[in-house]
Amino acid sequence: MLFSLVAKRLALGLLTLWLVSLLIFAITEILPGDVATAILGQSATPETVAAIRRQLGLDEPAWWRYLQWLGGALQGDFGVSLANQREVAPQIAGRLQNTLFLASVAAVVAVPLAVGLGLLAAIRQNSLLDRGISISTLAAISVPEFFIAYVLIFFLAVQAGWFPSMARFDPRMGFFEQLYVIALPAATLVLVVLAHMMRMTRATVLNVMAQPFVEMAELKGVPKWRIVVFHALPNALAPIINVVALNLAYLVVGVIVVEVVFVYPGLGQFMVDAVARRDIPTVQACGLIFGAVYVGLNMLADLGAILANPRLRHPR
Amino acid sequence: MRIAGHRLSLAAQIGLLVVVANILAALLAPWIAPYTQTQQVGGVWLAPGEGGFLLGTDQLGRDMLSRMLYGARTSIGIALTCTILSFTLGSVLGFLAAVVGGWLDQILSRIVDTLMAIPVLILALLVLSALGASIPVLIGVIAILDSTRVFRLSRAVGMDIAVMEYVEAARLRGEGLWWIIRREILPNALPPLIAEFGLRFCFAFLLISSLSFLGLGVQPPFADWGGMVRDNAQAMEFGIVAPLIPAAAIGILTIGVNLVVDWMLGLQGRTMEDSR
Repeated sequence: MLFSLVAKRLALGLLTLWLVSLLIFAITEILPGDVATAILGQSATPETVAAIRRQLGLDEPAWWRYLQWLGGALQGDFGVSLANQREVAPQIAGRLQNTLFLASVAAVVAVPLAVGLGLLAAIRQNSLLDRGISISTLAAISVPEFFIAYVLIFFLAVQAGWFPSMARFDPRMGFFEQLYVIALPAATLVLVVLAHMMRMTRATVLNVMAQPFVEMAELKGVPKWRIVVFHALPNALAPIINVVALNLAYLVVGVIVVEVVFVYPGLGQFMVDAVARRDIPTVQACGLIFGAVYVGLNMLADLGAILANPRLRHPR
Repeated sequence: MRIAGHRLSLAAQIGLLVVVANILAALLAPWIAPYTQTQQVGGVWLAPGEGGFLLGTDQLGRDMLSRMLYGARTSIGIALTCTILSFTLGSVLGFLAAVVGGWLDQILSRIVDTLMAIPVLILALLVLSALGASIPVLIGVIAILDSTRVFRLSRAVGMDIAVMEYVEAARLRGEGLWWIIRREILPNALPPLIAEFGLRFCFAFLLISSLSFLGLGVQPPFADWGGMVRDNAQAMEFGIVAPLIPAAAIGILTIGVNLVVDWMLGLQGRTMEDSR
């Protein structure tokens, strides 16, 4: 039962991933904007456009190009960049690593903090602490990532001079030096995800606390902390795992803007540069990787929930 | 203060004030701005108040206040257009899916599922790489991508209403599909949709600001808050607050809208976490 449920969710994830690849290819290749004209710009004559189209294989049918692209991507070959005529994959590999490093540091700090504070706010519902958390997280989810980033830069880098304002990151640095360099971008990401995650954790736990079995426990005189830890938490675990994975997926979006602010050599900044230069193969590759991470984390969210909550294993 | 018989909370009053002030600034920009958005009037990066410029000057010596006012016009105008388009598209299709059901619902829902499978920012970047950044493209992209959320909500709300007796009665009376959607479904679905309008506006506004900040949105010389943050970002190194002004303005407007939305959702017994 459990096995078939997990297998079903995995299959759905793969199907989604395939649809996403189809969507990415369709958007970048079938929309009327023409890559050949984009490369040539002003100097496009019908002859040069035709030549470039032939060189890029654009005169072949779309479905054939899609299969070639997907087949290549599955083997780690994302084609050749239009900007510098070099293979896309090796350029991406290092940057992907940098992005993953930044995102994992942010996640390692944000997840325990968010779950802890969310629980605290839920236990002390309507207290001053809860209201303070509620208002400050509402503000934090409302403002753009770059605002939080520049406020941090202004106070912690420019005024106080504690951290560098630009993340001049180098994989050859020592671990702690790396942490120091990415302190501000990581802090920005933490603040962005923290607010979302805390609000959702709080809502989830409050939802469980409103259930009849919690009232029952209260009525028979179980202390508050026991109710939260032994009665509410096991039931809130599945939705909290869900919340955590969903918010990690949200890091995918946050990381793009944050990398640009701090000039961090990651995949997000690389993608934005590629979009500005209309370097389609690079954009496709970055889009596919970000898309895959996002779909994967969403799938993990569901799988985690299935494993943590036995009731989900028996759908009606 | 009261709206439709409900007392506004203090937070909602502050939010409403912020929203109204921003709309007025956007509407009145050409009349109240001291200079035009492209006029170079003073030294580069003058501090707020210096040389008689209330918010200082930008990286090309243009008046920050004037550019903020014109920027409100651009940023809010684009976001509002996107939201109205996405609502029209999303709610019509959503109600249609709810009332007609069957294969139409299946097809629309699967398309929406696929579009929602990856983040909107990534999809927007993909489209912009193919079509290039221009205002019509931006509006079209954001409106279509944003309509997926409206579709989900209108479909869910519409489903609840479509099984009511009065809809059944209208059907038996022989009323047409559009009449039912317009006269029975829409009025009853309005409260959750209005709150959603605020959320979707914030989303479109933040997305357009982020894209402009990334250099892929509104193109210079037109003022736009996200783009102004980008243009002045280097001032930060010298401890100049220029980029913080438009960034804060973006934050203040979205917080304002969210305070009002939070209050509206509270009236309906929902929270912002339900509607994500």
